[in-house]
Amino acid sequence: MNLDLLMFGIYPYIASVVFFFGSALRYDREQFTWKAQSSQMLSTRNFRIASVLFHVGIIMIFAGHFAGLVIPYEVWNLLGITLAQKQMIAMGVGGFFGALCFIGLTMLVWRRLFNPRVRASSSVMDTLILLLIYWQLILGIITIFVSTGHMDGHVMKDLMSWSRYLLTFRPGEAVEFISEVHWIYKAHVFWGVTLFVLFPFSRLVHIWSVPVKYVGRKHQIVRRRFPNA
Amino acid sequence: MKVRAQIGMVLNLDKCIGCHTCSITCKNVWTSREGVEYAWFNNVETKPGVGFPKEWENQEKWNGGWERTKKGKLRLKMGGKLRILANIFANPDLPQIDDYYEPFDFDYQHLHTAGDKKHQPVARPRSLISGQRMEKIEWGPNWEEILGTEFEKRKKDVNFNEVVQKDIYGQFEKTFMMYLPRLCEHCLNPACVAACPSGAIYKREEDGIVLIDQDKCRGWRMCVSGCPYKKIYYNWKTGKSEKCTFCYPRIEAGMPTVCSETCVGRIRYLGVLLYDADKIEAAANTPNEKDLYQAQLDIFLDPFDPKVIEAAKKEGIADNWLKAAQRSPVYMMAMDWKVALPLHPEYRTLPMVWYVPPLSPIQSAAEAGHVGMNGEIPDLKSLRIPMRYLANLLTAGDEAPVERALERMIAMRAYKRAQQVDGVEDFEVLKQVGLTPNQVEEMYRYMALADFEDRFVIPTSARAYAENAYGLKGECGFSFGNGCGGGDSDLNLFGGDKKGVRKVIPVVMKD
Repeated sequence: MNLDLLMFGIYPYIASVVFFFGSALRYDREQFTWKAQSSQMLSTRNFRIASVLFHVGIIMIFAGHFAGLVIPYEVWNLLGITLAQKQMIAMGVGGFFGALCFIGLTMLVWRRLFNPRVRASSSVMDTLILLLIYWQLILGIITIFVSTGHMDGHVMKDLMSWSRYLLTFRPGEAVEFISEVHWIYKAHVFWGVTLFVLFPFSRLVHIWSVPVKYVGRKHQIVRRRFPNA
Repeated sequence: MKVRAQIGMVLNLDKCIGCHTCSITCKNVWTSREGVEYAWFNNVETKPGVGFPKEWENQEKWNGGWERTKKGKLRLKMGGKLRILANIFANPDLPQIDDYYEPFDFDYQHLHTAGDKKHQPVARPRSLISGQRMEKIEWGPNWEEILGTEFEKRKKDVNFNEVVQKDIYGQFEKTFMMYLPRLCEHCLNPACVAACPSGAIYKREEDGIVLIDQDKCRGWRMCVSGCPYKKIYYNWKTGKSEKCTFCYPRIEAGMPTVCSETCVGRIRYLGVLLYDADKIEAAANTPNEKDLYQAQLDIFLDPFDPKVIEAAKKEGIADNWLKAAQRSPVYMMAMDWKVALPLHPEYRTLPMVWYVPPLSPIQSAAEAGHVGMNGEIPDLKSLRIPMRYLANLLTAGDEAPVERALERMIAMRAYKRAQQVDGVEDFEVLKQVGLTPNQVEEMYRYMALADFEDRFVIPTSARAYAENAYGLKGECGFSFGNGCGGGDSDLNLFGGDKKGVRKVIPVVMKD
């Protein structure tokens, strides 16, 4: 079998199933393990700046990827943004938040590996997922430099088409768009998909639990011990 | 009127001997696990001192509890909801574990394995978090025991605010101390509940116990900052917060909490208080801090009032609860005799663990014949513990209620002494403090004799009637985590290693 088809046509579907099914299973069966697992109280030194930079950076990067890969390019056309302009925006915004994220994540990786308290309280998955995100971020930042070699946006359009065809369940055609791009993009995509595979088994599940409901909630919560009485 | 019932607690500080039995029994039952070694759901502090964690009472530093905004709205001191969410990546008001203390154990095994040496082997401390050797222990759960550490450090105690010439209390002759056992206050207006982004913390309608739903907690750790008493502890191992449960499995069965049952000084009281839930918000938002104590008293309902009884029954409060409310030692001490006072009412959480202020020796200077007398009662200004200090602790700085409580306790002693030693009924002293002979006999029975049955009046929760047993069929009882799964099976895709289990290095016995 064609390796590209396996990695970019089939693997993403496997990843999605693991991602959604695994999350649902864990949410249903293992509520007690569903948490952010913060280690802030073990060592607060420089933690605030590191964690905020990392989180703000990665949330914006995630939003950027969503805008770039999921929103169809017709919408961008409608807004009067050409492909080349879109690539410029992506490189600029991505580069900026990538840099913020990189600074924060570097500090967090350092803390996780070399702070004795944090290290001792980390599970294998905690360290693995952090290093994987770090690796993925570095790959992503490298793609920005590679992209400067072709500022017309055609590579971006290929990647957008890949995701569009995947999302509409046409993996065979999707793969054709991605097989010709620079290997660095391919690596970035592969490891990105892998993050989704590991997601349900790591602390990343806390992303599902963004407490938006808190804003509309009453301050006090009263529950009955014996709801049937 | 919306009547609710709560099990409240009173601690008679006048009888606390600071033995820490409550803390130890509590720890053995609840927090002898990895991740919460540093947590003391119940601890006993020596006051004055900065306490545990360091300076917990200094809300300028920790931003715990509530505040009244300039517009007259009640708001968490940490900020509004949006500010709390904005800080979710890194909580600026979170104590570090060193503010509590880095938990440690000693290398006892070394005593067994050390070879033949010139010097005696020593068991040295090791961090229970990192496992590394700790060269010097610089802080612990009870570092200020009996005025340990120098006064320069202890005088950061914010209860010294507006105590005149606080520096003289650093002098050996002028020094004073008292014990303050602390646990979760199970507040009527809990700040931890309000601060929890996940909505995992709740107050139980039946008995007022505040609990953290371990399944719902996501570890955003805002409750730790929200609680002004710093009685929520983040379990760094499980990534969830934990707190005093008021030993709810025991309370439900009509038994006192572990700390109360094991108290050798018999200083603890448990009883039902009826309160009007509709008045909570207005009371917590009382404009003047000094009125908060009275505002909270006004929420409590008279369990003998037929209207209250009728309303309580309408809310489904069982008869045995109403009966218990009528015999409640907590109600008597807080409402009838007014000898029990709330801890730091200015935090606006309406705490439900109250304290009888301690009497203290008359100062030596006064002893030499210079004790000012106020009628038959010695002038409280000659007590060793400054009145203002107690008032800062218990009534947001209002000295009058503290004086009343102490005077009544002195009057009780004077009256009983006259009665039992001199054979006279000294009604004059009672009149001076506004007590009837009946009341003072009751006070004597509850506070001096303090029988088990009088201290603990806890109605059972009648589980058999209240619960739908069919739904509980095949469930597990109390466990950590996912019902019977416990999150601690050997193979777990999601959990990593075992949670909530104390790692004990097995002792190997050799002949």
